[in-house]
Order: sequence, then C-alpha cells, then structure tokens
Amino acid sequence: MHELAVTEGILAVVLRHAAAGGASRVVTVRLRIGGLSDLSEEWLARYFAWLGRGTVAEGARIEVERTPVVFRCGPCDRTFDVDLRTAGDFPCPFCGGKDVSLVSGREFFVREIEVV
Amino acid sequence: MENIRLIEVREEILSDNRDVAREIRETLRRKGVFLLNLMSSPGAGKTSLLIRTLRALRDAFRIAVIEGDIDSMVDAEKAAAEGVPAVQIRTGSACHLDAPMVEKALGELDLDRTDLVLMENVGNLVCPAEFDTGDTRKAMILSVPEGDDKPLKYPLMFSICHAVVVNKTDCFPMFDFDLDVFRERVRKLNPGAEIFPLSCKTGEGMDRWIAWLEKAIAESRSR
Repeated sequence: MHELAVTEGILAVVLRHAAAGGASRVVTVRLRIGGLSDLSEEWLARYFAWLGRGTVAEGARIEVERTPVVFRCGPCDRTFDVDLRTAGDFPCPFCGGKDVSLVSGREFFVREIEVV
Repeated sequence: MENIRLIEVREEILSDNRDVAREIRETLRRKGVFLLNLMSSPGAGKTSLLIRTLRALRDAFRIAVIEGDIDSMVDAEKAAAEGVPAVQIRTGSACHLDAPMVEKALGELDLDRTDLVLMENVGNLVCPAEFDTGDTRKAMILSVPEGDDKPLKYPLMFSICHAVVVNKTDCFPMFDFDLDVFRERVRKLNPGAEIFPLSCKTGEGMDRWIAWLEKAIAESRSR
C-alpha cells in the first residue's frame, strides 16, 4: 500500500550514493527488508521502474533479501525463525518454552548498489 | 565490456523521513510539547478515544489536534467542535502520515502555547508503522470485533507501539476475543508495550489509559 512512498525513499538513497560514487548508471539495487514488513516486491519493482525513468537508476534491477523474523527463547536462550503469518502460537522449538521475544525482523535498508 | 562496481550503501530506506522525524522530536522536546501518534484500522475508535482523552485532559493541558485523513475534514471538525485548535492533514493518495506532513501541520499550531498534541494517523495497520512521525509516543487501538489474532497479521505495528488500547470491551460477550491470548501475542513482539482494555462508549477502563498518558507526559518533560 505504501510502496510508492517507500520506493521514493529508496530512489533518493540510491541516487545520492550513485552520484557520490561517480556512477553513470545503476545496474542493481540490493535491499535488505525484514520479514515484519508487508512490502510487496512486485510493486516496489514497478514503482522503481516508473520513478527511476530519466535518472541514472533507470532500468536498474531490484533485488530484495528478506531477513527472517527471529525470536529468542527466555528459558533456554536459543534463537529461532518464525513465519508469523502461519505460525499461530509458537513455543520455542527446542525446549517448548513459551517465554519468547522478538529479536529481529525490522531491517529496512539499501544494502548495496552495482553501478557502472 | 563495462566494469560493474559495487557501492556499499547500508543506509535506511526512509532516511529522509527519519531525519525530519528527528528534527521534529528535538523541536518538541525543546518546546515541551508531547506528540501522541494514534494509529489503528478504520473504525477501531481513534476519533472516539481522541475526543474522550481530550475531555479528560483539557483542564490539565493545553491541547491541540492533528487529524490525518485521505480526503475529508470530518474528524478535524469534530475536534474543532470541542474548542481546541485542530489541523487536518489530507494525505491524498498516501495511506499514512510521514514526518514532512507532520512538520507542516505542527507549523500551523502555536507550539509555545501547546502542551499536548493528539494526532490521529490514517486508518490502517500497515503503512503508518513504517513511517516515523517524530512523535513522543506511539499508541495503537485494536477493537474487540477485529479479533485477538491481529498481532500475528500486523506484527510490525504491534512491535513499535508504546501502548496498545483494546477498545469496545463492552462487546466482549459477543466475540471470541481472548484477552490473555492477545496479551501473550503482544508481549512476544513487544515486551515493553502496555495494554489498556477499555470502552470509549461506556468509559470503562479509561482512567488507566489517561493515567498512563499523564505519566508519559510528565516523564517526557523531566528529560
């Protein structure tokens, strides 16, 4: 839903780094987005293609690395990945403990760009 | 053959928004203004909670209201009818408030004569979670008819809020909402979040919410 505004943000970051690096064209944009984000990659790519027209990022390929939603178990201190949309209520897979808490899954950044 | 170079970026996607949000937070801190960002899905009771909160705190604080809406003035008119300054942000196509929009709206208020700004975000549990608005605290409302499974479906929203209001508790008998299960689901995502079951209709539970907000305002001033 908010992919347009997010894509504007991505393009701004990409163009700034491309200019600083003296790039004439951006070939690939690699993003790292946590599993807690609802962003649709298909729409990110479409909006990027549209917003990037006429810039050095025109035609760049968008690659999204989805990082997992990770929880830590309080009692046994081990971490594990969870797909929240299918998990329902999830105890620790190692010890069955229910005292688990979120560790990561909110990453939201441009990792690197490939340029010529 | 062109040589492809790799540029390491490692920068947040919404860094522009984050920078503006930081500026807003700093300005508000300096002026002693508390900005509450209130989020929920449409119909969960943002405007009702806002009006109830306004009435409970208007004698203690100088309050203003910011209303975010896609394209209407209805909510701002309700707030203005309460006799407090109200600014409507019409976001057009945007499904959330972002920091530049909030900065502009704050510019229309007299912050030197304001203690508390109650801000109603656009009704939506997805997009507002991604955009920092420069708020002092984030609160969300989930209403009983929406169901206790929502932390599993909108985990980002539940993971960022300082307070989670469960509204329409007067409807409990009609729905299979398990408050204990809900508390456990929120706690996993966000152990620091406080949960406030209440009914804007009957007023039940409002006092705990108001006490939390008063305490949060006091804490923000002492920093």
